Amino acid sequence: MPASALRLEGHAQRLLLLGGLAAVCVGVFMTVDAGGQWDFVLPFRARKVATVLLVGYAIAVSTVLFQTVTENRVLTPAIMGFDTLYLLLQTGLLFFLGARTVASLDTRLLFTVEVAIMVGFSAVLHRWLFEGGRRSVHLLLLTGVVLGVLFRSLSSFLQRLIAPGEFDFLQDRFFASFNNPDPDLLIVSAGMTVGASALGFHLLRACDVLNLGRDVAINLGVDHRRTVSRLLAVVAVLVSVSTALVGPVTFFGLLVANLAHGLVRSHRHAHVLPAAVFLAVIGLLGGQLVLERVFSFGANLRVIIEFLGGLMFITLLMRGALR
Amino acid sequence: MIEARNVSRRYGDTLVVDDVTLKLPERGVTSIIGPNGAGKSTLLSMVSRLLPLSSGTVLVDGMDVTRTPGDALARRLAILRQDNAVTSRLTVRDLVTFGRYPHSRGRPTVEDRAFVEGALAHLGLEPIAHRFLDELSGGQRQRAFVAMVLCQDTHYVLLDEPLNSLDMKHAVAMMKELRRAADTLGKCVVLVLHDLNYASCYSDHVVAMRAGKVAFQGTPEELMRPDVLRGIYDLDIDIHLLDGKRIAVHYR
Repeated sequence: MPASALRLEGHAQRLLLLGGLAAVCVGVFMTVDAGGQWDFVLPFRARKVATVLLVGYAIAVSTVLFQTVTENRVLTPAIMGFDTLYLLLQTGLLFFLGARTVASLDTRLLFTVEVAIMVGFSAVLHRWLFEGGRRSVHLLLLTGVVLGVLFRSLSSFLQRLIAPGEFDFLQDRFFASFNNPDPDLLIVSAGMTVGASALGFHLLRACDVLNLGRDVAINLGVDHRRTVSRLLAVVAVLVSVSTALVGPVTFFGLLVANLAHGLVRSHRHAHVLPAAVFLAVIGLLGGQLVLERVFSFGANLRVIIEFLGGLMFITLLMRGALR
Repeated sequence: MIEARNVSRRYGDTLVVDDVTLKLPERGVTSIIGPNGAGKSTLLSMVSRLLPLSSGTVLVDGMDVTRTPGDALARRLAILRQDNAVTSRLTVRDLVTFGRYPHSRGRPTVEDRAFVEGALAHLGLEPIAHRFLDELSGGQRQRAFVAMVLCQDTHYVLLDEPLNSLDMKHAVAMMKELRRAADTLGKCVVLVLHDLNYASCYSDHVVAMRAGKVAFQGTPEELMRPDVLRGIYDLDIDIHLLDGKRIAVHYR
């Protein structure tokens, strides 16, 4: 088996390289242009880095798992309307309860309830995806786009109805960005992410089998229905975390998941998932660095990421990855 | 013993499998034949818990397939359907190694490795063991999947049209390999076949289906008669005895 051993080393090398790059990004981001004011700069930037790590992890892992579950390299949770649903949830809450009630509620409690609803949605999606026979990818994609637009339109409709002051509150409260992360939310999010990952961790090998398709996975003794519904629940939690922290990022997941598959060239999730996380961190931190230092905040990171991700999406479609 | 009791499957108003009750022999090669749309693949999928039953029960060694844990069944019964698409980038050896998953949960032991190499050798896949599945021809991929299923080392091996897209040489080699598994390892091989002559020359037992029902069950000798075949296919088929084998000729 020399060939196989060599290939494994290849994975390890590339993973190390990506991990190293991600670490360098973190290091540079923490220290560049500090001007000696370490006791202010370090905690301030550490919070930003923590947000980026959490968001990168959530987006990368949720996308890779979602693609495994749907046996497809083009669908992502964002494309299926997961994150716009989260937006709708937040807007709906504010609309029906009012800003004062929402403000008086505990952020952590609120977030937990929202995540629970998201997991419920994933269960509905699961039923629809897998019961009553197979559905074509084209139909899924179309449904996702329609759902996404529906959720987005509904929330912008609700946003138009609420008072300007409440709208302002909504923007402030819910669309945090890398620049002003809410520490409370950060802690709850981290907790949820750890919990979801623990649930997903022992399914890693089963994920490798899922990639062989539903029939082969069942043949090999994987409880397909249970495994998939658990994975979708994990995805729902992670999407909620990333959307709560930075809002919807449609194509970023697609970008890192496909880059990870392309770079690592392994069928093992134990190799692909860390690579995707590293790539996400490199992309977000590197992008933020360039944004802050080169463009001096003149551009929006999300716009840059979406531009690259969109290009990737089109390339994938053109190369016929949509099967 | 694989036993189907009053098994039906409907899609909307159409009964694809219509109240089938059937016991399959414990050992040997059993072929399921019949015209398109007779319900052969559907029956096989239900027996192997890939497809839910509309009604009825399937028992494998007394275990109800819809209630038995998947991993317990995976060590007893293996199924391969047609058209297997794989999203990840796998070599032939990687794929065949997955056949050991029910036994080793993705952590192959030395013994598992031996099974993998054996399966690769038996299907003549050694020269392409390091190639990626998406770089192979349909027939090569088909053989790789059959190797995976054989590597699973189950008593029951169910194959849906395993000869699809194989050339003559590899089709014969495949049938010989399945025969060997039945004769020397005492396995029960069940296959859906379209070529009557393969069914006649290589099986111990034949089940013929027509319009969702079992139309005939018996030995290949009993099947290979013009009147029996006419009842199954609505076609006049001549039977010739060549070297002791019954060969169907339908090119008329």
